[in-house]
Amino acid sequence: MNPFSSGTRLRDMIRAIRACKTAAEERAVVRKECAAIRSAVSENDNEYRHRNLAKLMFIHMLGYPTHFGQMECLKLIASAGFPEKRIGYLGLMLLLDERQEVLMLVTNSLKQDLNHTNQYIVGLALCALGNICSAEMARDLAPEVERLLQFRDPNIRKKAALCSIRIIKKVPDLAENFINPAAGLLKEKHHGVLITGLQLCIDLCTTSAEALEYFRKKCTEAVVKSLKDVANSPYAPEYDISGITDPFLHIRLLRFLRILGHGDADASDCMNDILAQVATKTESNKNAGNAILYECVETIMSIEDNSGLRVLAINILGRFLSNRDNNIRYVALNMLMRAITVDTQAVQRHRATILECVKDSDASIRKRALELVYLLVNESNVKSLTKELIEYLEVSDQDFKGDLTAKTCSIVEKFSTDKIWYIDQMLKVLSEAGSFVKDEVWHALIVVISNASNLHGYTVRSLYKAVQTSGDQESLVRVAVWCIGEYGEMLVNNAGMLGIEEPITVTESDAVDVIEIAIKRHISDLTTQAMCLIALLKLSCRFPVCSERIKDIIVQYKGSLVLELQQRSIEFNSVIQKHQNIRSLLVEKMPVLDEATYSGRRAGSLPATVSTSNGAAINLPNGVAKPSAAPLVDLLDLSSDDAPVPSSSGGDFLQDLLGVDLAPASSQLGTSQTQKSGTDVLLDLLSIGTPPAQSSPSTSDILSSSLDNKISVNTLQRLSSPSALSGQASLPAVGSPVMDLLDGFAPNPAMHEDNGPAYPSIVAFETNSLKIIFNFSKAPGNPQTTIIQATFTNKSPNVYTDFIFQAAVPKFLQLHLDPASGNTLAASGDGSITQDLRVTNSQHGKKSLVMRTRISYKVNNKEVLEEGQINNFPRGL
Amino acid sequence: MIHFVLLISRQGKVRLTKWYSPYTQKERTKVVRELSGLILTRGPKLCNFVEWRGFKVVYKRYASLYFCMCINQDDNELEILEIIHHFVEILDRYFGSVCELDLIFNFHKAYYILDELLIAGELQESSKKTVARLIAAQDSLVEAAKEQASSISNMIAQATK
Repeated sequence: MNPFSSGTRLRDMIRAIRACKTAAEERAVVRKECAAIRSAVSENDNEYRHRNLAKLMFIHMLGYPTHFGQMECLKLIASAGFPEKRIGYLGLMLLLDERQEVLMLVTNSLKQDLNHTNQYIVGLALCALGNICSAEMARDLAPEVERLLQFRDPNIRKKAALCSIRIIKKVPDLAENFINPAAGLLKEKHHGVLITGLQLCIDLCTTSAEALEYFRKKCTEAVVKSLKDVANSPYAPEYDISGITDPFLHIRLLRFLRILGHGDADASDCMNDILAQVATKTESNKNAGNAILYECVETIMSIEDNSGLRVLAINILGRFLSNRDNNIRYVALNMLMRAITVDTQAVQRHRATILECVKDSDASIRKRALELVYLLVNESNVKSLTKELIEYLEVSDQDFKGDLTAKTCSIVEKFSTDKIWYIDQMLKVLSEAGSFVKDEVWHALIVVISNASNLHGYTVRSLYKAVQTSGDQESLVRVAVWCIGEYGEMLVNNAGMLGIEEPITVTESDAVDVIEIAIKRHISDLTTQAMCLIALLKLSCRFPVCSERIKDIIVQYKGSLVLELQQRSIEFNSVIQKHQNIRSLLVEKMPVLDEATYSGRRAGSLPATVSTSNGAAINLPNGVAKPSAAPLVDLLDLSSDDAPVPSSSGGDFLQDLLGVDLAPASSQLGTSQTQKSGTDVLLDLLSIGTPPAQSSPSTSDILSSSLDNKISVNTLQRLSSPSALSGQASLPAVGSPVMDLLDGFAPNPAMHEDNGPAYPSIVAFETNSLKIIFNFSKAPGNPQTTIIQATFTNKSPNVYTDFIFQAAVPKFLQLHLDPASGNTLAASGDGSITQDLRVTNSQHGKKSLVMRTRISYKVNNKEVLEEGQINNFPRGL
Repeated sequence: MIHFVLLISRQGKVRLTKWYSPYTQKERTKVVRELSGLILTRGPKLCNFVEWRGFKVVYKRYASLYFCMCINQDDNELEILEIIHHFVEILDRYFGSVCELDLIFNFHKAYYILDELLIAGELQESSKKTVARLIAAQDSLVEAAKEQASSISNMIAQATK
């Protein structure tokens, strides 16, 4: 006979599987067995069905799929004999769970078995029902279970009680049916019934307030008496565990008393004596006794106030805490955490011991203790506790450092009274476990540093020292790089010296060294490297002596494979080389970061994003003050994005500063404002990942709203009545050649032939003071070139002098500006200047025109600068 | 309440699993893998509790087997240790100084005993004697049925000879 046919015995199959040397061998054996079982299933083999199911259970335990055996369970359950039912129910509980539809099919068999004359079969059915019943089954079979609570055999009653727990958990509405029978179970003497009955009562109380009231009134005294009986019972070998009679019963009685006494003074009063007795008389040298004491302490803490008992309970916990057994110490810490709400003082007394537990070698104990310490911290002990925690940070396990740093940082943040202490502690944490510090923690630190203007010098010097010794801690390096970038000069000139500091001598090139090392470390990630580049740019201005060297470092990243770094490198390099005159303005110190908005952001509530125009300068994404003149506008701002400036509030700054992934800026639509200076440039310079230029009319509409609402309204109007205009504009251009081809005899739309198609004029720019209108015409014979006649009108009551209009276009366009008709613009629309622009579109037919403009003029000898972007050019130019 | 019971060998092999809360097959495999990684690596002197996904797992090692039970945060861990010990003593009494092989080859019996001890994740019986008596009674029912079956098949075999 084939040893792997379904004829093999269970024992042989297990042996064969155990004999396998490799996983592949095992799979082969299991596959053969499964195949044999499947064929037996399909042949409806009766003789070996129970053996096959037993095999399937073993195979299931090894983790192989066994769903094909589910129906076999049902068949076995439906058969008449006890052995078949026994294995069938076992299979049902192992192979199925309550979510499988198949389970519904078993309801009927269960119902029959619950009414069976053989009590063991009733027991099997109750057990299965209690372990896997679903809500539907619970509803269907609840009456049977309820009846079985009064069954003559106690072993059935106890199973029915636990089964009832499952039922009321699945269908809480059924709870009230069980209240009376459950109360009946409490009068029993059989321990099994008493234990399960108590458990049922406990669960009834948590699901139904009515049950709680009922038990409180009717059963409190009986339960107290039961506890007295069992606590004082003489030696009972059947239930004895290390000298205590039935600790399981003890524990359930205590647990039930806790629920009855909680929030009820009378009931609590009733149980005082016995609780005191249990708390004092229970042996605490074995686990069973400690389990009872633990439960008793919890009950004392939960019932209504009795100071005498509380003292007793806290003392027990104190004893637990100094126990040598780790299990006992663990539960003590656990309990103290709950006791802290009841009696903080008492828990504080154990502070030193708890702190020792933070340093335990056992991870579970450390974790509990740390959480407890966290709850124990208050204003008076924060300094000593923080000191201890930070000292421990040096020697703690790697896998505990994460938790420990998070909690320490949280304590420091929560309780810091002065900034210098906060900064000191955070620097220590960063030096010890910088790699475990979460981003928002060091972001917050930077915000605090930025706000503590008198500590800038001190902080940057401390960071410089720290980074010399702990240069491998990522977030320490980041904070140091940021601070050196911002406050580098204070490092060199020792400005803002505090009394407690020892003076240090740092040269410019030492400071640059730090950043160079940071950027070149192989473990530095993108964020750190990007921060380094910014810091270098800033230092290039602050340390003119190092300018060349900095340029060299920056240039090295021109070839970086990371786009982010490459872009920064190229842009910064051009700032350093070509734009000396604005560089110092560009890299000014970051304005003070707003703590309130930042913490608001951290708390998860986005601050209102409507920003005012005077806040704009402060809120620039990179925090660099806006330059007053921006000659590099034309140079830099064209190939870049059309996105409105994200009107960031303080919280954004770091993301933007470091931010590799700016959210698509157009989502900030409507919150942007007209930036009057080179902010766009800066945005382009320093931010990355904004969407590329888009030229479809719908997006240009959205984007043009950053310019001026009126324009977008105009554009919308234009778009919403397209038939007349665009029909005129685009049909001849596209349509006519086709028509010529197809139908040479048709009358030519000659009218447009000569001058090219006509395009509607647009309002290119309009504010309260100025309006620009563009008229379009095409150069004859050259559809790529558009001649734009710009007309400027002064709407204000003042005369504009030195009027200059400048424009710039993306690379695919060529722009030629003719001289303007004049440079003085009369007031109140009384006269205008015209100027011709010639634009050649190398992507004619594919891309629309787009243009940035800058208008400068003088009003009463005051310079005015206006900028804008024109996206609403008609299509097809 | 006990959410599940696991018996894992020192090599990470599963010897018994019983789920009182619903877990899909996939989750079960994942839970077993996670917990064996967590528990088998712990040193001998450490406490018997590990915190895991907001629950506590109480485990105890007997020879080469780890007995694990998963409970809620506010359940009594020390009591669970007693329940585990209770279970082990009953197994010991039933098999006569139980070893891992007994539980491998008679895994179904281990399940039967567990079913007499726990239902719906709650303790059912605090007397070892009662559990032993109930199991013995059911075993003898099975034996009786077997004998009857074999005698019937003998009779049929003789009759058809």
